[in-house]
Amino acid sequence: MRAHEIYPNGGPRIGVYVCHCGLNIAGKVDVHEVVEFAKTLPFVVVAREYKFMCSDPGQEMIREDIREHRLNRVIVASCSPLLHEATFRRVLEQAGQNPFFFQMVNIREHVSWVTEDPREATEKAKALVAAAVRRVIFHEPLQRRRVPVKDHVLVVGGGIAGIHAALTLADAGKHVYLVEREPTIGGHMAMFDKTFPTLDCAACILTPKMSAVAAHPNITLWTYSEVIQVEGFVGNFRVRVRRKPRYVIEELCVGCLQCIDACVYKDARFPDEFNLGLGKRKPIYIPFPQATPRVVLIDPETCIWFKTGKCKRTCLEACERKAIDFEQQERIEEIEVGAIILATGFKTFDARRIPEYGYGKYPNVYTALEVERLVNAAGPTGGEVRLRDGRVPKRVGIIHCVGSRDERFNRYCSRVCCMYSLKLAHLIKERTGAEVYNFYIDMRTPGKGYEEFYDRLLQEGVHFIRGRVAEVTDWAITPEEEGKLIIRVEDTLIGVVRRIPVDMVVLAVGLEPQPDAEEVRRMFNISCSKEGFFLERHPKLAPVSTFTDGIFLAGACQGPKDIPDSVAQAGAAAAEALALIDKGYVELEPNTAYIVEELCSGCKTCISLCPYNAISFDEVRAIAVINEALCKGCGTCVAACPSGAARQHLFEDAQIFQEIEGVLAYV
Amino acid sequence: MAAIERRIRYESELDPSFAREIIAFSGSPSLMACIQCGTCSSACPLSLYMDYTPRRIIAMVREGFKQEVLSSRTIWLCASCYACTVECPKQIRITDVMYALKRYAIREGVHPPRFPIPVLARLFYNTVRRRGRLTESWTVLRLYLQTMPLRIPGMSSLGWKLLRRGRFPLRPEGIRDRQGLQRVLRVVERQEVTA
Amino acid sequence: MSYLYFPGCSLKGTGRAYEESLLAVFRALGIPLTELADWNCCGATAYMSIDEHQAFALAARNLALAESQGSPADGAVQLIAPCSACYLVLLKAQQCLAADIALCQEITIALKEEGHCYRGRVRIRHPLDVLVHDVGLSEIARHVRQPLRGLKIACYYGCQIVRPFALFDRPHDPSTMDDLVRILGAEPVSWPLKTHCCGGSLTGTIPEVGWRLNYLLLREAQRRGAHLIVTVCPLCQFNLEAYQDQIRQRYPDLAPMPVLYFTQLIGMAMGLPPRELGLQRLLIPVDGLMAALSKEGAHARA
Ligand SMILES: Cc1cc2nc3c(=O)[nH]c(=O)nc-3n(C[C@H](O)[C@H](O)[C@H](O)COP(=O)(O)OP(=O)(O)OC[C@H]3O[C@@H](n4cnc5c(N)ncnc54)[C@H](O)[C@@H]3O)c2cc1C
Ligand code: SF4
Ligand code: SF4
Ligand code: SF4
Ligand code: SF4
Repeated sequence: MRAHEIYPNGGPRIGVYVCHCGLNIAGKVDVHEVVEFAKTLPFVVVAREYKFMCSDPGQEMIREDIREHRLNRVIVASCSPLLHEATFRRVLEQAGQNPFFFQMVNIREHVSWVTEDPREATEKAKALVAAAVRRVIFHEPLQRRRVPVKDHVLVVGGGIAGIHAALTLADAGKHVYLVEREPTIGGHMAMFDKTFPTLDCAACILTPKMSAVAAHPNITLWTYSEVIQVEGFVGNFRVRVRRKPRYVIEELCVGCLQCIDACVYKDARFPDEFNLGLGKRKPIYIPFPQATPRVVLIDPETCIWFKTGKCKRTCLEACERKAIDFEQQERIEEIEVGAIILATGFKTFDARRIPEYGYGKYPNVYTALEVERLVNAAGPTGGEVRLRDGRVPKRVGIIHCVGSRDERFNRYCSRVCCMYSLKLAHLIKERTGAEVYNFYIDMRTPGKGYEEFYDRLLQEGVHFIRGRVAEVTDWAITPEEEGKLIIRVEDTLIGVVRRIPVDMVVLAVGLEPQPDAEEVRRMFNISCSKEGFFLERHPKLAPVSTFTDGIFLAGACQGPKDIPDSVAQAGAAAAEALALIDKGYVELEPNTAYIVEELCSGCKTCISLCPYNAISFDEVRAIAVINEALCKGCGTCVAACPSGAARQHLFEDAQIFQEIEGVLAYV
Repeated sequence: MAAIERRIRYESELDPSFAREIIAFSGSPSLMACIQCGTCSSACPLSLYMDYTPRRIIAMVREGFKQEVLSSRTIWLCASCYACTVECPKQIRITDVMYALKRYAIREGVHPPRFPIPVLARLFYNTVRRRGRLTESWTVLRLYLQTMPLRIPGMSSLGWKLLRRGRFPLRPEGIRDRQGLQRVLRVVERQEVTA
Repeated sequence: MSYLYFPGCSLKGTGRAYEESLLAVFRALGIPLTELADWNCCGATAYMSIDEHQAFALAARNLALAESQGSPADGAVQLIAPCSACYLVLLKAQQCLAADIALCQEITIALKEEGHCYRGRVRIRHPLDVLVHDVGLSEIARHVRQPLRGLKIACYYGCQIVRPFALFDRPHDPSTMDDLVRILGAEPVSWPLKTHCCGGSLTGTIPEVGWRLNYLLLREAQRRGAHLIVTVCPLCQFNLEAYQDQIRQRYPDLAPMPVLYFTQLIGMAMGLPPRELGLQRLLIPVDGLMAALSKEGAHARA
């Protein structure tokens, strides 16, 4: 179709608007020259410059021109379309034009910020404007499609972030599926005794929320479960969830724990995951007393019946509710949701990767997480800080930044370990009266009430030595070092190297992405930042959104975070999900692909190539058919189709070739 | 009691280009990234004898404390064991910085006089340059004569024992093509000067 | 596989027994070692302190010689450097030349003066690496005639073979020598100073400091129950062995502790004649210890 054919009465009338963006663009590009150049291009009716085109007066200027000069095409040369394409399309709409008669030229990120020489920058800007003018002539009016939105939400991960997001949505009347991989929700927070900086009891503030999740009529809680497949798009996700067998029927078990007492193993003898191996459990167990749901499970790796097929199965008889089911199989559930919140949290740095600190070699070197269990009243020692040999430590060293702020491991600061080290220092001193040493590079206590907590610890007489520890060793030089672990460090504030003998070393391990973050990322089609945490859409302005519409982030899966920040982010993610669902529909961009039926030869090349499974084959007519709701406009099929039958709105051949020719003609 | 000294440093006493020179000399641009964590100092087996710990040397290089750094004992005590380099969380090549400082100090001639370490370096350098190989016995004898003559009697029994066991051969070692090697080294030297 | 061998200056002087035992062991294993003809000083620490580029040129000359004298296997000539300092300096030069084109050009031009050319086709190896990884522990075990049962050994790796270019073992807590010692029938003691520096040339330049470092090493080996220390470097061996009298004058709690090259230990287990291993050159002899052990062994067998 020729441009003139669409507009028999006069043809295209183009307005070109070049933005200064303060000095961001005008500091490099000669904006005036670009405007004067634009005026010389065919079909251009007006060309103007302005300091900030995206501002209200800037927008008004365009609207007025559209009305006054009867513009039917608009070009704005400014920043990235990611930022303002939507703004300017709206301007066209408000002025009564179809919003897709618009083309944006990025002369900031693509030109002024990356080109050294002002002359070259100006020439480049002119070439890009010339290209846009030729392209926009061939634009066609397009309509956005509206698709209804399912009003259920999936929350993945039942740590504090997932719990808070689920409760917020459920309280707003939305149905939530909360999927947790472990047998219980609670995440890391469930392992702590106290939480900084207020030292309130973690269980006291967490367990009510956990019970609320279990009891909420709007929440379907699936623990011991994993998402295995995600299809669809914003507002209409189809999700498959695998529910692993726990060999106990959840609906029947009341958590009386009779079966555990009855198990043929008289004593608990297998390392207990929840206590990081510091405690023991039986083959049939519950992770901890407040586990939610309060349902036992059998570990087939240690249960005699599963291993040998021979056991009296005393557990089975003990259960009055007949809840134990050795035949239980895994189940796959299929759900449809409108939005998804990922709250899969973090894992701690593996301290074995720094052999100098002797973790795994010296029994009295612990990770902070292990110490959280030791100081926990419900932990393996009932809250007493005891070494593996039963002694109470008299001197304790806490080493900060283990695996953080280090080019060899993680470059970033893990944000919470300074604070939790202070907490542990306090608790250890309180429980044992030990001398406690903190070895830090920099103290990072920027939260509300955090510096005050640091001050409190200073007053309590905890030692703070500014220096990163090089080594923990059992090599004693002086008599007082005999039988101790010796921490070698430079006291950088005093300027001498010191050797400090202690009974117990605590490693403040940093926070890392979950080991399966990459697979989860791929399944949900979102991005990860360099260090492997899920990437937000914008670090400041869209901190809980992802680049995939309808998928939001909460908690430490997006980056190291403490509980207050995780909860705040979870609330924000819930609000965003709510805003999406409550609207009831989503508008989809019309830049989708379509098949020109007469041209399609039915070769099926495109069908297997589409990454979103948006193409099916119509057997009757023997042609490919694209589901516009599923098409994301990636263009793969368009490039692949040997017959030229697959085309794409906003990326028509004519548009693209004109754009290329526009650049070439100018250069 | 030592005399009371003014400990202030005026900007005019510092050399702002020192850091750049040492970066170029050591090939370790990362030294600017030092977070003063002190890992290098505590990993260092010799820091307990140093007047400034390796961490402080890095800080002083960065801030242009040229005089103090070049006349410090620290750089000579460094045994090039690389413990600091492998442990530095910012991957700064501290050992190479120490090497660069030694070379700089020798070039400027500011090291402590009669200090055995630079003397040994010179002896080593001269011998190898002349003969292509080192003869340990002669190098050690010369070193003691030049820097610690009073210690010779205390060490003579060890020398004698080594001699008897054939571990102190006095026949000077050398390569065949000494002229050739010297030409090679001279060419390197010339290129360095022009660069 | 055939290997070229770069002795370095020490193996012709204080470290003669290292050379003797190394050659004897390789001979007994049936692996030919050819000394690199007309090798020069590697350009170690001291030279590096005066002029880095000249030091690189010295190293590169050796590498160039190796390329022209050796027959490549897997695209590279295998060059064995037993002294830790030589091993490190050659590796360092090789890596710097590979990373820095300007430097490489500079050195290439200089080497031309003598008609040499270095193309980067040398693999620098430490004999410990070759014995453990190329020859293999099981092959060595096959040659053991007199297992060193009952002998407790502190394996001392020193700094420069594992740092910073560690290629064949972990820089912290290396284990290849411990594995080797076990194959020979002896027992490696667990001690934390495997890679703690011996002070290098400081024993010569600032004796008090160097001796203190060696005292700490010797004392810890003694406290962990070691009968002797085994080293992989002529300088470490010398530092630990030669100054024990002087050290004892200051720190009387130190008992004499024999210090052997790991190749001497292998040779002993293989039953090679003591003279071939240069055992007579030790300042602190092992004869008494060996006799006691073999008596104990005989006792145990009876
Ligand atoms: C030793 C230590 C002490 C700390 N002390 C404090 C403190 O005192 N105060 C404070 O404010 N902060 C503290 N923190 C930080 C606190 O742990 C985090 O802020 C908080 O746990 C983050 O919550 P989350 O829900 O994002 O992640 P998590 O607690 O890690 O929860 C994530 C949940 O998601 C589940 N999950 C993961 N992947 C999947 C998957 N693919 N499918 C389904 N489920 C999945 C996990 O099993 C887990 O239950 C401490 C951290 C550490 C390491
Ligand atoms: S089957 Fe046997 S081992 Fe397994 S949980 Fe029941 S009683 Fe315990
Ligand atoms: S929070 Fe503190 S301990 Fe943790 S990485 Fe940051 S600076 Fe280190
Ligand atoms: S270890 Fe590295 S970062 Fe830390 S003080 Fe030393 S040079 Fe600086
Ligand atoms: S290389 Fe030098 S500064 Fe670094 S640890 Fe060894 S002796 Fe100390």
